[in-house]
Amino acid sequence: MRLRNVWVTTISVMIAASLAACGGGGGNSVPPPPPGATPVDKATVGDINGTVVLEGAAPKNEPIKMSAEPYCQKVNTTPQFQETYTVGGDGKALGNVFVYVKDGLGNYIYDPPSGSATIDQKNCRYHPHVFGMRVGQTLEILNSDMTLHNIHATPKGNSEFNTGQPMQGMKTEHKFNTKEIMVPFKCDVHGWMNAYVGVLDHPYFATSDDGGKFSLKGVPPGTYTIEAWHERLGTQTASVTLGAKETKDVSFTFKAPAAPTN
Amino acid sequence: MLHRFAKLVAGSTVFLVLAGSLVTSTDSGLSVPDWPTSYGWNMFSFPPSMWVGGIFYEHGHRLIATTVGMLTIVLASWIWLVDPRTWMKRLGVAALGAVILQGLLGGLTVIFFLPPAVSTAHAALAEIFFCTTVAIALFTSPGWKRSDAAADDSTLRRLATTTTALVFGQILLGAAMRHTDAGLAIPDFPLMFGGLVPDHWDAKIAIHFSHRVGALVVSMSILATAVRVWRAHAANRSLTRPATLLVALVVVQITLGALTVLSRRDVWINSFHVVCGALVLATSLVVTLRSWRVRFLSEPVRLKPDTTPAVRSVRLQADQKARA
Repeated sequence: MRLRNVWVTTISVMIAASLAACGGGGGNSVPPPPPGATPVDKATVGDINGTVVLEGAAPKNEPIKMSAEPYCQKVNTTPQFQETYTVGGDGKALGNVFVYVKDGLGNYIYDPPSGSATIDQKNCRYHPHVFGMRVGQTLEILNSDMTLHNIHATPKGNSEFNTGQPMQGMKTEHKFNTKEIMVPFKCDVHGWMNAYVGVLDHPYFATSDDGGKFSLKGVPPGTYTIEAWHERLGTQTASVTLGAKETKDVSFTFKAPAAPTN
Repeated sequence: MLHRFAKLVAGSTVFLVLAGSLVTSTDSGLSVPDWPTSYGWNMFSFPPSMWVGGIFYEHGHRLIATTVGMLTIVLASWIWLVDPRTWMKRLGVAALGAVILQGLLGGLTVIFFLPPAVSTAHAALAEIFFCTTVAIALFTSPGWKRSDAAADDSTLRRLATTTTALVFGQILLGAAMRHTDAGLAIPDFPLMFGGLVPDHWDAKIAIHFSHRVGALVVSMSILATAVRVWRAHAANRSLTRPATLLVALVVVQITLGALTVLSRRDVWINSFHVVCGALVLATSLVVTLRSWRVRFLSEPVRLKPDTTPAVRSVRLQADQKARA
């Protein structure tokens, strides 16, 4: 009888865990705010804008050989390179740097994220290469290619997953339960495909564009630590004090490695 | 005929080890995210047009493994039906059990995203299964059934057995190194960070360093075994041939190991290093088993009451039947 109870309990826990793991997939289930949290006063919020630059000569990005996959070769008629160093025309502006408020936020209730975050597998590359999303927000994973991909996330704090998408147009959804900087994605079929997502419990994050520019909008007044993350050059931080309705600029400068590292 | 088939199974297993090492060397272990299906398809109906990129290696490994599994079913059944030696029947069943367990471990590595412990166990069991097939091929060979060439040398037995154990340990270290991504933890060769020992340490460097030290220890042990064979059993070709092959293989193996580091883990060099390691182990096992052959003859007997008193050994009796 005792053994039977153990089995019933074990099976019940497994079913409950499976249901929890499968989730619903649909909307954004942002975790409830901590006790005592107050909404952000939109009348006082400001913006933190800035630029990320690279000091020194940018290393050449690693060329990608797509010969193992005829489809990928066919849809990419020009030479393809990794996106490790996305440098603007001036040779200094650094794109694909994830910038976010690391520290200093008070006890706020944030608006739920509007819609889903999306990562698309198109022309055998991930789009976007670096992006951010909220804890509990739905991530839509699309396969726009006429070939198969597997999307394999290798987080440290969240659960690892590896999902196959053998058909064009397939869409799967995933949610991260814990904030994490950064969660790497890779495709084990096409070894050159990689991407990174920053998962945060607040909405103050952005990715620098090709001109190295970023903007954190609607930030409440306060003193913050802002961190900039680059996949190869590591992180840099800056401190910013933002008054009510202020706009502040902050810049990050990464030093290029002495010799090409990729 | 059974001996030839056993050799076929052992040879197929070498091919399977190569396929498995290519999966790791190309980092393709998770390119097929599901198991036992492949992207939802039955393994055998998964369209070849989709065997692209890393899938070619991972799915190919699964198909070759399945083929070896089927061959092993035939081998175990064949032994069960025609070999009169009870321990051989058990060995055939053990081989079948090992290959089934190996398949399950392979599935677990996929489902749990290549945990180093499971992946290393998968690599270790691959070697054990390969050794089992080699042992079956040896035990079914005409040479094994001829008892007249068996050498009785306790020193050789100790040396050869120790060598085989050391080679197996060294392969485990190598597997741990591969599956913890420590293959280039020490990036230079023959020096280590410019010195004779690393100037700094972490877990990966320690594993890599142990593998290099292990290579030295294994080489010395193999050399000692071979010298013993050449000196004490120079006329016994069943010992001198595998002993000489063992020395040649370990030279190739060390060269491949060095080239793996110097080439920054070139896929084919890295993979052949794994295969050559398995061949070193199998050859050492052959020397070891042949050094113990005489003991197979004189193993203690448990005779049934109505057994003819002249029969001294159950194993001898079985061997004689097999020869007939």
